[in-house]
Amino acid sequence: MSRPAPVRPATSAMLALRTTPPILLGRGARLVERNVLAYRQAWLVFVSGLLEPVFYLFAVGVGIGGLVGDVTTSDGTTVPYGVFVAPALLAASAMNGAVLESTFNVFAKLKWGKLYDAVLATPLQPRDIAVGELTWALLRGAFYAFGFLLVAWISGLVVSPWAVLALPAAILIGFGFGGVGLVVTTYLTSWQDFDLITMALLPLFLFSATFYPIQVYPAALQPIIFLSPLTHGVELVRSLMLGDLRIALLGHAAVFVAMGLVGLRVANRRFGALLLK
Amino acid sequence: MARAVTLRVVEGHARHYRHTWRGTTFSTIVTPVLFLSAMGLGLGGLVDAGRAEALGGVDYLTWLAPGLLAGAAMQNGAGDGTFPVIAGIKWLKTYEAALSTPVRPADLALGNLLWATARASIAAVVYVMVASAFGAMTPGRGLLAAVPAVATAAGFCAVISAFTAQLRTDQGLAAIQRFLVMPLFLFAGTFFPVSQLPDHVEWLAWFVPLWHGVELARALALGTSPAGPWVLHVGVVAGFLAIGVLLSVASFQRRLHR
Repeated sequence: MSRPAPVRPATSAMLALRTTPPILLGRGARLVERNVLAYRQAWLVFVSGLLEPVFYLFAVGVGIGGLVGDVTTSDGTTVPYGVFVAPALLAASAMNGAVLESTFNVFAKLKWGKLYDAVLATPLQPRDIAVGELTWALLRGAFYAFGFLLVAWISGLVVSPWAVLALPAAILIGFGFGGVGLVVTTYLTSWQDFDLITMALLPLFLFSATFYPIQVYPAALQPIIFLSPLTHGVELVRSLMLGDLRIALLGHAAVFVAMGLVGLRVANRRFGALLLK
Repeated sequence: MARAVTLRVVEGHARHYRHTWRGTTFSTIVTPVLFLSAMGLGLGGLVDAGRAEALGGVDYLTWLAPGLLAGAAMQNGAGDGTFPVIAGIKWLKTYEAALSTPVRPADLALGNLLWATARASIAAVVYVMVASAFGAMTPGRGLLAAVPAVATAAGFCAVISAFTAQLRTDQGLAAIQRFLVMPLFLFAGTFFPVSQLPDHVEWLAWFVPLWHGVELARALALGTSPAGPWVLHVGVVAGFLAIGVLLSVASFQRRLHR
């Protein structure tokens, strides 16, 4: 049993500080704070989330990599399979993490915890819920992406110093998918619907030039692969980790900026319609 | 141990499933199609052009298909040992309702296990059909390979439900998924031979029931010999299932007898 934290009497200066919304996040920052506090009880669950992408890295990079040998990337260089696949696993894990956080966890709070009903009894607005939950998902994703990059670096799978930019790229991927995830959540009605989410994520995970270069697909299929947003994430992270900087990367990044901004805007409206009726 | 009333528990599961089958059917059929085309065909192209000699002369798709059969069956079985069990005990309290009838805790344990086995069998047969359509196995050999795969699934369902029945919160279930089910799915000879693992961990496979199930399924599907003697692999899979049944019955009795 953990002891309850001692309650400190608030001074008026502290109160003023706490009721002033931070500039960037507005009052959504308070929701982030709430999530941090809630996870202090379950920090093991939080930290063990690091392991999943690392398991994949070793199974695919080392195990299957031993069968594949070297691969030729889209720009014609030949790299060991582990170096090729690690960025894709990072991008995919950023997608999965952001979607799971913004769907499963937000749905549970929305539907069963009735958390947001309580939140709206304070000065927080539906917009703050969308911003707060997305920020939280990104903080969590950044933690996992950092851990993954560290393990990949120790394992010798990082070949370019530009790989440090893979961290913000992973956060950007999380922003795009998390924004869309929030919107999806507001349309869910029961747990059965989550089968549909997993069924949408699996093909994205498998068919986004993740496990093999896009040239492996028949020429007729290749344009279709670019319809998957994750393909753009994989291209972005892979180019950065291989040190292959091109102007086209900005285009790939723009996909996620757009997804995230549109997602936030729609989610804001939907949360308002759901909670303030 | 099993009694006629145990089958009533299975019937209860089946009646409930009549309302929820749609979501699972979709994923039962679509998941193997996705995995076999992405990993078997796509990645297989790279493996077959690379160092495929580790696979003993078959192409990657053919090699992968029985491994995925056993790995996916294990995931199904393990899943049925987690949330349905804690929901029955704690959240929905359907077990409590059942216990006010002639049903005893052992019937609940065995009934859940039989139902999970039936579901894993259906999923395995669907998988064999899909894999046959891909040309990854013949239906006859595939159905033979489904037997050890389903037995492994039942063993995992039994052992994990014994664990779940003792839980107070569902946090332990995330740990099972993260530290047991997922690593086994990835490392137990499903996607690559355990000989690809570093030498100092390769021997661990002999202690992993899923690996024995995978070896049996693969040997039956390909018509080859498994890594060790047949009797050893069969013994491990059967022994794991038997121990799991005993554990889960004991665990249900301990939790549900008041």
